[in-house]
Amino acid sequence: MSPTLTLDRRSFLRVTALAGGGFMLASYIEPLNLFAQGGRGNTPPLDPNAFVSIDANGIATILAKNPEIGQGVKVMLPMMIAEELDVEWKNVRIQQGDLNPTKYGAQSAGGSTAAPNNWEPMRRVGAAARAMLIAAAAQEWGVPAAEITTTPGRLVHAASNKSAGYGQFAAAAARITPPDPATLTLKDPKNYRIIGQRIPGVDNHKIVTGQPLFGSDIKLPGMLYAVYQRSPVIGGKAVSANLDAIKALPGIRHAFIVPDSNGAGSMSGVAIVADSWWYAESARKQLQVKWDEGITATDGSAAFSARAVELSKEAPHSTARKDGDPDAALTTAAKVVEAAYEYPFLAHAPMEPPNATAVFKDGKLEMWAGTQQPGGVVNTIAQALGITAGDITIHLPRMGGSFGRRLYNDYVVETAVVAKTIGVPVQLRWSREDEMRQEVFRPAGYHFLKAGLDASGKLVAWRNHFVSFSVAGAPPAPPREGQPQGPRPAGSSTLNATEFPARFVPNFATHVSMMPLGVTTGAHRAPGSNAISFVMQSFLDELAQAAGKDPVQFRLELLANTPIPQQGGGTQFNAERMAGVLELVAEKSGWGKRTLPKGTAMGVGFHFSHQGYFAEVAEVNVDANKRIKVNKVWAAGDVGRQIINPLNAESQVHSAVMDGMSQMMLEVTVEAGRIRQGNYDEYPVLRMRQAPPEIEVHFLTSDNNPTGLGEPPLPPVIPAIANAVFSATGVRVRSLPLSKHGFSWR
Amino acid sequence: MPVTFTLNGRATTVDAPADMPLLWVLRDVLNLAGTKYGCGAGQCGACTVHVRGRAVRSCQTPLKNVQGAAVVTIEGLSPDGSHPLQKAWEQLDVPECGYCQAGQIMAAAALLAARPKPTDAEIDAAMNGNLCRCGTYIRIRQGIHQAVRSVATNNEEAK
Repeated sequence: MSPTLTLDRRSFLRVTALAGGGFMLASYIEPLNLFAQGGRGNTPPLDPNAFVSIDANGIATILAKNPEIGQGVKVMLPMMIAEELDVEWKNVRIQQGDLNPTKYGAQSAGGSTAAPNNWEPMRRVGAAARAMLIAAAAQEWGVPAAEITTTPGRLVHAASNKSAGYGQFAAAAARITPPDPATLTLKDPKNYRIIGQRIPGVDNHKIVTGQPLFGSDIKLPGMLYAVYQRSPVIGGKAVSANLDAIKALPGIRHAFIVPDSNGAGSMSGVAIVADSWWYAESARKQLQVKWDEGITATDGSAAFSARAVELSKEAPHSTARKDGDPDAALTTAAKVVEAAYEYPFLAHAPMEPPNATAVFKDGKLEMWAGTQQPGGVVNTIAQALGITAGDITIHLPRMGGSFGRRLYNDYVVETAVVAKTIGVPVQLRWSREDEMRQEVFRPAGYHFLKAGLDASGKLVAWRNHFVSFSVAGAPPAPPREGQPQGPRPAGSSTLNATEFPARFVPNFATHVSMMPLGVTTGAHRAPGSNAISFVMQSFLDELAQAAGKDPVQFRLELLANTPIPQQGGGTQFNAERMAGVLELVAEKSGWGKRTLPKGTAMGVGFHFSHQGYFAEVAEVNVDANKRIKVNKVWAAGDVGRQIINPLNAESQVHSAVMDGMSQMMLEVTVEAGRIRQGNYDEYPVLRMRQAPPEIEVHFLTSDNNPTGLGEPPLPPVIPAIANAVFSATGVRVRSLPLSKHGFSWR
Repeated sequence: MPVTFTLNGRATTVDAPADMPLLWVLRDVLNLAGTKYGCGAGQCGACTVHVRGRAVRSCQTPLKNVQGAAVVTIEGLSPDGSHPLQKAWEQLDVPECGYCQAGQIMAAAALLAARPKPTDAEIDAAMNGNLCRCGTYIRIRQGIHQAVRSVATNNEEAK
């Protein structure tokens, strides 16, 4: 499956020489493009024997190839195989696969790609395994394979009245040459027995009984524990440290400086290795390090905001999109609305901080690494350790959340380097403060918007000057088609030229200016979309109000415009699918039909991301002290014709809504290149009391292949709540977090 | 100095520094990994265990504080995962990533021991210190109610 090897040949985290002479993690080089990996081109078929083994009693062990971060993929992909294999789910056992993309195809978690990329190949694996069982039975029974059918777990030849359990032919089937996938007929969906069922998580029993499961639960004989202190200014280098004093402390076995990895994805720091993680963490409190802080020590959130305002008044650096003549149309518009929107940097803050476990012995490295991109790290580690990729084994333990953080493998490379240095098994664990301050942050962004309505309230002109970030000290980006050579955009900091309402407004411009940024930025659950949806859907609400129109009606009218044709390839935004979910959520929430008490109001938002269409309505109550209670959220989504596991699908929507609410109240602030926030007291993730008591989820099935759900339900909840707050209070929130405006959750 | 306590019903003696947090004694010394590290500051509740029947943050509990105490961790909540909360969690598919859930269950178990039929407000108050980054809060609340109902049903059947 050659295209799946793409991830092996590249790393999402590269290190680039900076003008200041230092090295810095730079996620900007390889934009996340997980869609390119699967479901396309002529790839050799996967070997069913790699995924399915059946014992004599007919118990089918199915391999789960992708990393599990809580998105439910460890159940979903085996469901696809089991459906076409035609077995009872109760006779399925699931086994997590190690990293082996040659055998299993692409193994990653991110971009809501598991469903669209695996829907076809995983079902074909199951169908091929079933065909091999049929072929083995046909040989034994001396009948044509075409006459053999299956009932779950059984082979049946009706004409001769023969039947047998899968277990009886499993050994013979394993020796059959896998069939040409083109000859396989997949099930008619109306005959599905597993796909579409509500199937709980395979690890639930281990989770509720506290059995070892996660990366940080790994324990190897003789294993030591490590902490890794990096520069408080991201990218700084350790020059010297009081290592002898540290080594004299209780329980400490090793303390050493790690230089940056010369292009291999880890950052300079000081490793302290001890008998218990607590000894290492305690010793760190007495660690004194002289840092070369590099070029980013002047970064500051407040200065970025001020500089963005200055840049908005100057000519933009570039124009990402222009249709018609927006400046002229704005001068002739009947009504012009102008607003500046801003959102902050964010940390992912998964409950389990980054960690990895490794043992380096006889030139070979074995690792247990919770990572969303295990394929991306192998060559990086090989380079850092001076070994070959073939000498590296990576196991994929369950992860305690990720939200995009573990797309970046810096902590995995660090662990490998420490393991090679000390030569004994080691678990390297970041503290919460490490996690929050050594992040790959969701970048802040600044939008300066101006739009015009005609006399009938129709949106006729739109101009956005988007101020974003480039990577400080990085070489310029290579010229792209139609674009001059310019600064490299920071990770996840760009605005898609087709982002709605682009193509639906006749006079439209997206201008871009960039400020150099030192801290690392990158993907954060629904990257780009989680911020941009707030801006676009809030400003559209302002325009609806200026037009004197109902917010849902205004949006439906906009979606009904004939779109300007999309240039080039890429996923096409389908306005009919969006209108469908918008109408559905309006109907289900009783939009415009319910009388609400004073201080209570509803708001709406929609967003298209990761091939998924979601519209959401929030009902909020705001009290006199600006305390917000989200009473209920309604979500309507269109992710194709099949919800693979409705139980998990609903959980993903709940999770996205809660995560979106968290994002509304959170910010990471940069001061002198350092991150102010260090723990949950300063980074107040949503708590139980603040959570909406009810989230109602509806799926609109459409005749499209299934697409992913981890991300698309997140973006619209943010503007839906912000718009509801406006309706309830008259306060238009144009910057996040909400706390900046005196609001809090209650 | 050795500290002796009862861990999940068994007498246990640990020779470790008196100020070592119980969390790290459990995880690194006694190899019980069910209790999780999330913040090290009593902010997230992932490390919740029972000491003398009360839910405490093991990351904020020095070893010396459990001298002579009964300590129960998620591994000892029931012999086989049969506590009503554990069963409800599995039936309702409460976990997403699952990392915080041992702490959630231990906090909920302490609540039910004190308040066998809690209201939503009492649940929120008892559980507010336990973060779930995946946002499984609605199912956690349902899980607690379901556990209450299953206990009531069992009691009814036992009469």
